[in-house]
Amino acid sequence: MGRVLLLQGNQAVVEGAIAAGVRFYGGYPITPSTEIAEGMAKRLPEVGGKFMQTEDELAGIGTVIGASMGGVKAMTATSGPGFSLKQEMIGLACSAEIPCVIVNVQRVGPATGQPTSPAQGDVMQARWGTHGDHWLIAVSPSSVPECFDLTRRAVALSETYRCPVILLMDEIVGHMRERIELPDSYEHLPVVKRKAPSVPPEEYMAYADTDGSKVPAMAAFGSGYRWHVSGLVHDETGFPKGTPAATKNSQDRLREKLAKNEEDIVKAERYRADDADVVVVAYGGAARTAYDAVDLARGAGIRAGLFRPITIWPFAERAIGELTQKAKCLLVHELNCGQYVREVERAVKGRVPVRLYAKYDNEPATPEQLLAEIRKAAEGIKEGRQ
Amino acid sequence: MKSMEELVNVYFRPGRLPHLWCPGCGNGVILGALLKAIDAEGLEKDNVAIISGIGCSSRASGYVDFNTANTLHGRALPISTGLKMARPDLNVITLSGDGDCSAIGGNHLIHAVRRNVGLTLVVFNNSIYGMTGGQYSPLTPIGSRATTAPYLTIEPSFDILALAQAAGATFTARATTYHVPVLVDVLRKGIRHDGFSIIEVVTGCPTNFGRQNKIGAPALMMEWQKDHAVPRAAWEKLDDEARRGKFPIGVLFERTDEKEYTKAYDEIIERAQAAKKEETA
Amino acid sequence: MLKFYTERCKGCGICAYFCPRGVLEVTELNKSAIKSGKEKDCISCGQCEMRCPDFAIFVQKEGA
Repeated sequence: MGRVLLLQGNQAVVEGAIAAGVRFYGGYPITPSTEIAEGMAKRLPEVGGKFMQTEDELAGIGTVIGASMGGVKAMTATSGPGFSLKQEMIGLACSAEIPCVIVNVQRVGPATGQPTSPAQGDVMQARWGTHGDHWLIAVSPSSVPECFDLTRRAVALSETYRCPVILLMDEIVGHMRERIELPDSYEHLPVVKRKAPSVPPEEYMAYADTDGSKVPAMAAFGSGYRWHVSGLVHDETGFPKGTPAATKNSQDRLREKLAKNEEDIVKAERYRADDADVVVVAYGGAARTAYDAVDLARGAGIRAGLFRPITIWPFAERAIGELTQKAKCLLVHELNCGQYVREVERAVKGRVPVRLYAKYDNEPATPEQLLAEIRKAAEGIKEGRQ
Repeated sequence: MKSMEELVNVYFRPGRLPHLWCPGCGNGVILGALLKAIDAEGLEKDNVAIISGIGCSSRASGYVDFNTANTLHGRALPISTGLKMARPDLNVITLSGDGDCSAIGGNHLIHAVRRNVGLTLVVFNNSIYGMTGGQYSPLTPIGSRATTAPYLTIEPSFDILALAQAAGATFTARATTYHVPVLVDVLRKGIRHDGFSIIEVVTGCPTNFGRQNKIGAPALMMEWQKDHAVPRAAWEKLDDEARRGKFPIGVLFERTDEKEYTKAYDEIIERAQAAKKEETA
Repeated sequence: MLKFYTERCKGCGICAYFCPRGVLEVTELNKSAIKSGKEKDCISCGQCEMRCPDFAIFVQKEGA
């Protein structure tokens, strides 16, 4: 038995979080993410969880990190300005390897920008927002049902890899209402638990790679395993150690723990892309336009397809590189002045032309607008130029 | 009661001494007093969490064998709050400095106080940013010299306990590193208090405050504390003139008429679950 | 009887200053120590242990 509902993307995130076992939320209201806070305020205590409206964005993610240290799955949500404010804490979560999920419902920026208009201008900030080299995961849903699924996946990834996961939404997906089918009860849904120590407390080292996975086991505070969390460079014991070797070892492991597991982490959807000459690369809300545009192009005799990265970071470098075996041109469409396109160009290494359809005027593209760009790309191929 | 030597053996993580604090820095005295208080209260190591921010004081968390975290500058209180929400059964003790707590973390301070989260906040007030080499903080007395105040500070300082009281504190106390028995006593009472407790500890930074302000040797900074701190009972009897330049120590304010935050939150859970039951019935 | 952990001592001089019997001094090596000739003057009052910020000096009970 299931329920068929008409939900906003933001509401589906709330349900996904509850289903994933999130039992703490700390956050600050900000458009266009506020419905997530409102939903968590209502839903969490129903399932014995806790919600806090904190004094600011920093405290929002701070309480989340604290709750996660206590062994509780924890999440926060924000948008643009709030995402900027959370960056220092995201760095702490990367360094100290504290699982947590940060939802960023992107709006037009910089500064106050356009709070109720969609944009995808935070895609590079999601990767490089905090200072210093660091590695994290970002996933981006394109529909309301996917908001539910990807929230669960974000929680699972975060717990599995002991790292912060950004659920990178945009105002389109956050505020859009769609049909979604949800189970009556979430009890039978699998819930991922973080890896518990396999050694007695006196042998436990909070940052030791004991099984070759590069992901150390994490004991909850108060579980009998006493350890030290630090944002200073630390060795496998968790205590500060600033030697060149300790610094490099720490960075290497943090990088490798995601790189080594890319097959599990990096996901994408291919729509009519197998034989396509022109492959549109689009994610999140912008990808919604692309399904229709691809169909329209096919109707007009252009072999077009869509490659939709679901995992935004780590970047789908191999999959995008492989697209060039068939495709004659990649057309990146994003709701910013051109950010992800640079990563695509890097992966393609000049083997085929990479075009950009950047839309940054507060409005998503129409399928016809994107179709016009696909036509230009197809003509470019015909004429043997970009 | 264990001797100090025994307390060190029981509660210090092996190999963590000598600590990194400068000669004559009072932080070690505060940490020792905290261990005395924790031991006297009979708390289990597994049930104690020590969460600190950034600064000299905040390095204390790494030395002792509890669930510990040395977090970000100013952010110890939100992280402590989240932990307390997840694990209300833990004794969460937050260590912070004057700059950490009243400048960059000032907003978190007033709201943690207002919510009455069951945390014990120990503010190591050495009147200066020590770790970065002697810049003035919001608790640096007006007219002091600092590396960022070469012509003396013109900013009045906070009375952090009055600030907390205005924000709705349910427990405030002060001690100094000279008045160790008072310090242990207020730490114990703060730990026992069912709600947010703030304990300001006046401590000396000989290297970065004392030297710039020509106070002299570490012992003279303690002597200053002895001369300027007045136990609360005696303080109550002083007139304004006699109070000038001095400050009270001991428990300064306590009330028990307000529910601790995580306990109050349990009522939200009850209400939400009752409403849900009604909805599905 | 006093027990010194010399490696922890930073020579701040707080113990010597507050010792009511003038038993302690900071040596040329910048460490706290008992002044020569003062070995028997310690009354085990505990001032030095209580005030030492470095956990470097402890008063041991006789026979302990």
